[in-house]
Amino acid sequence: MSAARNLLAGFAEHDQLVRALRRLRELGCTRLEVYAPFPSREVDELLPGRPTPAGWLMLAGGMLGGSGAYFLQWYAAHDYAYNVGGRPLHSWPSFVPVTFELTVLCAALTGLVALLVLTRLPRLDHPVFAEPAFVRASQDRFFLAVHTADPHLAAIDVADLLRGFGAERIEEVGE
Amino acid sequence: MNAPLAHAEPLVAPGESARSIDARISRVPLDFPHPVLWWLGFAAAFAVVMVMLTAITWVFVRGVGIWGINIPVAWGFAITNFVWWIGIGHAGTFISAILLLLHQHWRTSINRLTEAMTLFAVACAAMFPLLHLGRPQYFYWLLPYPDTMGLWPQWRSPLVWDVFAVSTYGIVSLVFWYLGLVPDLATMRDRAGPAWKRRLYGVFALGWRGAAQHWRHYERVYLILAGLATPLVVSVHSIVGMDFAVAILPGWHSTIFPPYFVAGAIFSGFAMVLTIVIPLRALYGFKGYVTDRHLELMAKVLMVTGWIVAYGYFSEFFTAWISGEEFDRFMVINRATGPYWATFWTLITCNVIVPQALWWRRLRRSASGLFVVSLLVNVGMWVERYVIVVTSLHRDFLPSSWGMFNGTKWDWALFIGTLGFFSALLFLFVRVLPALSMTELKRFVVTGEETE
Repeated sequence: MSAARNLLAGFAEHDQLVRALRRLRELGCTRLEVYAPFPSREVDELLPGRPTPAGWLMLAGGMLGGSGAYFLQWYAAHDYAYNVGGRPLHSWPSFVPVTFELTVLCAALTGLVALLVLTRLPRLDHPVFAEPAFVRASQDRFFLAVHTADPHLAAIDVADLLRGFGAERIEEVGE
Repeated sequence: MNAPLAHAEPLVAPGESARSIDARISRVPLDFPHPVLWWLGFAAAFAVVMVMLTAITWVFVRGVGIWGINIPVAWGFAITNFVWWIGIGHAGTFISAILLLLHQHWRTSINRLTEAMTLFAVACAAMFPLLHLGRPQYFYWLLPYPDTMGLWPQWRSPLVWDVFAVSTYGIVSLVFWYLGLVPDLATMRDRAGPAWKRRLYGVFALGWRGAAQHWRHYERVYLILAGLATPLVVSVHSIVGMDFAVAILPGWHSTIFPPYFVAGAIFSGFAMVLTIVIPLRALYGFKGYVTDRHLELMAKVLMVTGWIVAYGYFSEFFTAWISGEEFDRFMVINRATGPYWATFWTLITCNVIVPQALWWRRLRRSASGLFVVSLLVNVGMWVERYVIVVTSLHRDFLPSSWGMFNGTKWDWALFIGTLGFFSALLFLFVRVLPALSMTELKRFVVTGEETE
C-alpha cells in the first residue's frame, strides 16, 4: 500500500475548515484528520472517532493509587506499632489525607501516560511535517487531511471541492 | 460620565488576531528584546542565588544552630518561609484550575505565568522543611520505604501528610504546566529560526502536530487535571494549617486554621501575581492580553480573600475571648502589646487596612498603585506567618520556659536567597518559554471558546 496518500488542504479561516469538514462528512467521508493550532468544539463534533477513554483511565489510576496508599498506611501502622495515647493502630481518619494526595498523584500521572499512549507521542517525524506550509498548523492555519482512497470520494474531484471552500493550497502527503 | 460596564470590556484588546498573538508572545523568547534589562535583572537575581547556596552550604556544615531558633521557638524562619512560599504557589493553581472550572475567561491570559510562579514558589518552599530537619541529607527517611531499621513514617502526624501534600502538589503542578505548554512549544518550534532552537523546542513539544484526535484526548486530560488540582490546592494549605492546628499551643490550636490558611494563600499568591505581571506586561508589551480589566479582577480577588483573612484574625481573637481560657487570652494580648507588637501591627496594616484602598476603582485599575499594594500584601503575609510561628511559641504556658527569637544573618541570607532563586527562575522562564498561553489566547480570539 505504497499509494496511501492524503490530500492536505490549508485554510486561512477556522470557519472555512468547518464548512469543508461538514461537507465531507455529509458525503460520508470518515478518513479525515484535522490539524489546528487549538481545539474547537465544532471540529470535535464533526470528526468521526470514539470518545477518549482518558477519563476512565485516570479514574482507574486514581483508585489504584488511593487504595494502595490506604493499604500502605494500614500495613505500616501495624508493622511498626506506635501507640499514641491509646489510639487504635488502624486510625482511619488520619489516613485520609495521604490517601487523598496519592489518589490525585496517581490519577494525574496516569493522565500524562494515557495521553502519551493514546496520541502515540512523542513522535518527532510525521509525513505532514514534510509539507513546508505545515509550520503554520501550530500558528494560524487550519489543515484538513483527506484520504484519497476513500470510496465516498471516488466520483468527486476532492481538490476542487476543497478549493471551493477556500483552501489556499493542496498538497499530497504520505500517510 | 458613564463608566462602561465591566463585562462589556474586552479581555483581549481589539484588533488582536492569531498572527499578532503568536508574534507578540513568541517574540520574547525568540528575539530576546531588552537584553540589557534582562541581563541586569538576571545577574542581580543570580548573585542572590549565590547567597542562598552559601547559606544552604553553611547549614549543611554547621547545622541549624546558625539560625536563631531555640527552645521554645524551634520553628523560626524556616517554617515561616515555607508557609509563605507554598501559599504564594496557590494562586497559580487557583487561576489555572479553579477559575477554569468556573469558566472565568480572564484566566486565559495569565494562567501560564502563574503556573510557572507556582512551580518556582513550591521549589523555594520545599527547601525549608528539609533544611530544618537538622540533618537534611536524611530527608528520604520521611518517605515510606521498607528500610533496614524497620521504621515507618508516623501516619497520624500532619508533618508526614505535608510531605505527601507538597510533593504531590509539586508534581501535579509540573504535569499541568507542561501539558499546557506542549502546543505552545510546537508553535515555538515552528516559529524559531535556527535549527538547534527548532530541534530543542520540537523535542519538548513531543512532535505535537495539533491533530484533532490528539486534541480530543488532550482536552479531556487537561480538564480532569484541573478538576484534580482544585481539591488538591485546598488540601495542601489545609494540611499546612493542620501542622499548626493539631498542636495544643495557644495561637495554633484552632479549627479556623485550614480554611483561613487557604484564603491567606490565595491572598498572598494573587499579590505575588500582581507583583510579577505588572512589570512584565509593561516591559514586553502584553497590555493587550493582560489588560487593566485583568488587574481590576485580580484586585477584587485580593479584596475578597483579604476579608476572609481578616475574618480569620477576628475569629482567633473572638475565640480566645469567649473561651475564657487564660492562656488563649494572654496570647492575643501578647501579640498586640508584647515584644513582637510591631510585627503584629504591620500585619494588620498590610493585610487588613491597605487592601481597603482597593474599594477605590481608580486604584484597582492603576498598575503602579496595585504594584505598591501587592508589595505591601506580600510583606504583610510574610509577617503574618512570622507572627503565627514566633509569637505563639515564644510565650506558651509556663513563664519559666518563655524565650525570644530573632532571625540571624543566616536566617535572612537564606530567606532573601530564595527570593533571588525565585526571581532567577522567572527570568529564565520568560527568556526561553512563552510567558502567556498562545494556544488558549488564539482559541479565545478566533472561536470565542476557552479551554474546557
